[in-house]
Amino acid sequence: MKIAVCVKQVPDAAVHKRIDSGTKRLDRSGEGALNPVDANAVEEALRIKEAAGEGEVVVVSMGPEKALDSLRKALAMGADRALLVSDSAAAGSDLVATSYALAKALERESPDLVLFGQQASDSDGAVLWAAVAERLRRPMISQAAELKLEGGQITGKRQTEFGYDVIRATLPAVVAVADSINDPRYPSLKGIMGAKKKQQDVVSLADLGVEAERAGEQGSRTEVLALSDPPPRGDTQKIEDDGSGAEKIVEFLAGKRLL
Amino acid sequence: MSTLVFLEHHGNELQKGSLGVLAKAQALGGDIAAVVLGSGVEALAADAGRYGASTVYVADDQKLEAPLPQPRVDAIAQLVRDKGIETVLFAQSILSADIAAALAARLEAGLNWQLVDIAAKDGQVVGKQSALGDSVLVDVGWTSTPRLALFRAGVADPVETGGSASVEKIEVAFEEHSLAAEMLEQAHEESSGPSIEDAAVIVAGGRGLGAPEGFGMIEELAKALGGAVAATRAVVDAGWYPYAAQVGQTGKNVSPGLYVACGISGAIQHKVGMQNSKTIVAINKDPNAPIFEFADFGVVGDLHQIVPKLTELVRARRG
Repeated sequence: MKIAVCVKQVPDAAVHKRIDSGTKRLDRSGEGALNPVDANAVEEALRIKEAAGEGEVVVVSMGPEKALDSLRKALAMGADRALLVSDSAAAGSDLVATSYALAKALERESPDLVLFGQQASDSDGAVLWAAVAERLRRPMISQAAELKLEGGQITGKRQTEFGYDVIRATLPAVVAVADSINDPRYPSLKGIMGAKKKQQDVVSLADLGVEAERAGEQGSRTEVLALSDPPPRGDTQKIEDDGSGAEKIVEFLAGKRLL
Repeated sequence: MSTLVFLEHHGNELQKGSLGVLAKAQALGGDIAAVVLGSGVEALAADAGRYGASTVYVADDQKLEAPLPQPRVDAIAQLVRDKGIETVLFAQSILSADIAAALAARLEAGLNWQLVDIAAKDGQVVGKQSALGDSVLVDVGWTSTPRLALFRAGVADPVETGGSASVEKIEVAFEEHSLAAEMLEQAHEESSGPSIEDAAVIVAGGRGLGAPEGFGMIEELAKALGGAVAATRAVVDAGWYPYAAQVGQTGKNVSPGLYVACGISGAIQHKVGMQNSKTIVAINKDPNAPIFEFADFGVVGDLHQIVPKLTELVRARRG
């Protein structure tokens, strides 16, 4: 069983996220971190491998070279090796371009199962796995809160707006996991020390056979035209409860004629 | 300009969110069509005419019965090619996001998401995207057609136009990989009380309640305010409250006149389901909770003290 886990480096939660007005792209110069729900995907891959007693977990990412720092966190948790697609020509890639390059990297690995975390904390997008599944022509399950592997098939419990769906797909398949699926382990000191020695490959778009015109802004089908401030939401008030909090809420509601 | 709106249905009902997008689509002018995909859905298709679609395409097929994304990608891709559709619009949902993203790869088409609005100017289509926790509005465009867009949940209400649509049936040729996933079971809880989607007042509880029993005081406050009770995904996952009350990304989208959030941090997954509420009041002991950034009135304090007292005061006022 070979499992590829696709992960993303996002700005650390403590970093104030901003869009650079010149490039109109997210400013990624600050401290980076592993996208939180991607740790759940790594954890699930490790559990599947441990239950099977064999297999390989490869973490795959696309981004600047410093994204290796975040890949090393996955290695410290127990993933076997890392593959980073890093190329200045890939900067500014939208969904169409990113899914194309990532699918090329995954084709090279040819895993039985591809896992994603449900959502990226920087773009608020929850779309990449479905585009990748389509490019690989594989079945997909999203929002998985539980996974079970059996006889060449994977069964997932999908959380939806209406309750749970139980979906079964034949392998190879692509699955996006929800953060409710597990609690990711903390890397042990031994894991952290060992991570540095694990195989970490950095490949370019050319290495993957991705044509220049299919990457970056050239390979993208969307564009950012302008940035502006959102309309003000009106005043927000925040008070400390000094014992009169309930009264203050009543006054506020009465002022708005909501009582 | 020809536009197609994907209408999602659940049971025997078209989803309010996708009918709202149909209303938004009118801003683009030109031909506005809709598509309904499922099994035994022809009656639903006729309904869409009342909300502004001039043509409704329907694929009625057993293979489209379960709400799985990939067979729907085949159907919409086929429609876009056969009918020369330039823009396809979706209302954000678990199902629709999967369809839109896979369709982007299938058609090499640009997809913009988290849109709150769309307009056409001199033949150019521009979307308004709310990004980075609503701290910035981004004008987004497409460099080729077809254009794909996912609207943020609940940004628009359906508008009854009183029109009627011509219904056109289509046959879908499915790809092999699109049928490689199957639905084994659907466990959908039906709500017992009035639906929270229609409530004018909602009192919602999260982890900060400390224990399932905490919902007792939430129910009391909701009763005093004449409202319904909602919950976050965390507490529903923990078994504290039924799924039907869940608000957020994997739950309902609500936009009541008043939303009282008790012990809710306001993480993005919850926020997307309630940010369109007219007035938001928050009670949380953590002064740094993100909910205070978008609550109209926030109280930093112990909800176990504040909520029962608030219930009492509201009762006294309302006699």
